[in-house]
Amino acid sequence: MSNTTTVTLEVLRYDPERDQEPRFQSFEVPYDEDWVVLDALNWIKDNTDSTLTYRWSCHMAVCGSCGMVVNGEEKLTCKAFLRDYLGRGPIRVEPLRNFPIERDLVVDMEGFMAKLESVKPWIIRDEEKPVEDGEYIQLPKQLKRFKHHTLCINCLLCYSACPQVGLNPGFIGPAALALAHRYNLDSRDQGRHERQEVTGSADGVWECTFVSACSDVCPKHVEPGGAIQEQKIANSVDWFLDHLIPGRSSAGRTKE
Amino acid sequence: MSRRPYTPKMTYGWWLERPFYTRYMIRELSSAFVTAYSGLLIVGLWRLAEGEAAWNGYVSALSHPATLVFQGIALLFALYHTVTWFAVTPRTTPVIVGEDFLPPQPVIIAQYAAWIFASAVIIGAALWF
Ligand code: SF4
Ligand code: FES
Repeated sequence: MSNTTTVTLEVLRYDPERDQEPRFQSFEVPYDEDWVVLDALNWIKDNTDSTLTYRWSCHMAVCGSCGMVVNGEEKLTCKAFLRDYLGRGPIRVEPLRNFPIERDLVVDMEGFMAKLESVKPWIIRDEEKPVEDGEYIQLPKQLKRFKHHTLCINCLLCYSACPQVGLNPGFIGPAALALAHRYNLDSRDQGRHERQEVTGSADGVWECTFVSACSDVCPKHVEPGGAIQEQKIANSVDWFLDHLIPGRSSAGRTKE
Repeated sequence: MSRRPYTPKMTYGWWLERPFYTRYMIRELSSAFVTAYSGLLIVGLWRLAEGEAAWNGYVSALSHPATLVFQGIALLFALYHTVTWFAVTPRTTPVIVGEDFLPPQPVIIAQYAAWIFASAVIIGAALWF
């Protein structure tokens, strides 16, 4: 459609000082074949309405701050080309779902940050070895096992796509649980059972019903859905062993 | 300037908003039929233990049109459940072979092979005895 000259964006607006609830506002934007939705938002901000509020930084699918819902699908708007939406009416741009809307397309991420911290996403050791003993060695094959879970950019597309997050706002959710799994699988880590107090709680992996929308929308192929199912399996094995072997208790215990 | 975040509410019809969610809800619903059919099989075992008359009554109840309709619907849901479950299993059990993860296809194919094999054994045994 080379003769297209403009596109219409229907953008969700919410001004906490004036609006009781969000509303949509239409903007006419020049069309450029190489433009992404984020370019169109920037054009609006520069030319039509400087109050339009949204987050972005890198414009190259790295920083994870430009996540929004475009025509009902979670997208990094710096990767969502206008040309892919042509001929289907106005392009609807909304903030991520399942989060409080702070203003326009900006959501409140504080709850997520607390969840992320709650899973202790760092290497936990029973005893730290002294620096002079040298580094912890890890083979490429051991790294391979969890590398894809390390690629998360905290874009929160997965939280927006997950209906379980919407139904239970306390659910720790896909990205944080994938990060917990990333450390559990790290050959240098010994903190799986310590993390399990949170990840195995009612708000942890068991809140997941394997909708797998998270893995479907993830732009970095982190596979959070798989990470959660693997943890369910590990937790169940622990539960059985704890009941079969007298004296065994995995709660609060570190990995042998 | 004070904060006043707006918290959107999830609608009751959320699962109709995207085909992905609708397919998921059908998979959830299919569990109810799989459970009900398992219940029917357990009742069969129980009737079998009660003797020949009870068993014959159970068999004739199974061929009643209403039970046949239920079995047909349960079969469709069980197939849907199986196919969708097989499709997502590779996500839950990553296997490293050599230097890399096994791609999903061999895992999916292996499940179908196991399914066909198990069905053939059961049908074969039923015809044999
Ligand atoms: S897991 Fe994927 S979708 Fe979720 S925050 Fe990380 S990069 Fe984004
Ligand atoms: S602007 Fe950084 S990911 Fe899109």
